[in-house]
Amino acid sequence: MSTQVILFLVLGIGAIATAIGTITRRNPVAAAMNLVAHFFMLSGLYLTLQAQFVAIVQILVYAGAIMVLVVFVIMLLNVGKEEHSHERFSLIKIFGLIFAAAFVLVLTMNFMNHPSEYQALSSRALQLGTTENIGTVLFGQYLLPFEVISLLLLSALIGAVILAKRHVE
Amino acid sequence: MNLQTIPIEWYLSLSAMLFTLGVIGVITRRNAIIIFMSIELMLNAVNLSFVSFAQYLGDSAGQIFVFFVMAVAAAEAAVGLAIVLALFRKKRTIYVDEVNVMKW
Repeated sequence: MSTQVILFLVLGIGAIATAIGTITRRNPVAAAMNLVAHFFMLSGLYLTLQAQFVAIVQILVYAGAIMVLVVFVIMLLNVGKEEHSHERFSLIKIFGLIFAAAFVLVLTMNFMNHPSEYQALSSRALQLGTTENIGTVLFGQYLLPFEVISLLLLSALIGAVILAKRHVE
Repeated sequence: MNLQTIPIEWYLSLSAMLFTLGVIGVITRRNAIIIFMSIELMLNAVNLSFVSFAQYLGDSAGQIFVFFVMAVAAAEAAVGLAIVLALFRKKRTIYVDEVNVMKW
């Protein structure tokens, strides 16, 4: 096995483990810390895909900005551990888990049994992932969507302030 | 196993697993903030698919799309957490099964 494969396996298993940690921890702060670790694993996976810009933005935006917001709200609300609901092992939950496992199994088997022509990274991959290339494409071909997304962020900002305001008259 | 490079299927399978974990989180958890984090898990699983397709097919569109998904996720985080805050102020709870004012 090459270093690349070992790296993928380590990061992939780490990403799955931290994702499971996120959805199973009863303490919200522990779940949030698992999610931060998950974001770092994903950032490593982006690096194995030679997408440097996305890898750095992943850490900056997700681990840096969004998770700080989430942890802030957890601290602000000061909710303790989640106590289990009354029907913890209901039939629906068990069936749901079985079907989820079956879904993943079928999807994975399908991917693995029908190998595509894409067995290795494109020869342009390293050049595609650079900040220079992303900037050129983003401010050239995708300039209009970029401006629209800035409007979306502005409206989200205003919406968040109005929603979180203490007294709405 | 003597693999030198990783085929795209591996990344797609990993992405499918992470997405399913996110769905399980949204369905089984009661805490609104953890449901919220599970949604982020799903968005990230899709991002992984986008980046792997972009890098294997040699097209930058996938990475630009990831950029937009991140912007939408940030907007969603701000509005979603503001809703959780407003909910907590009104109802004194963030467990979604205790909030049923819109249940008919």
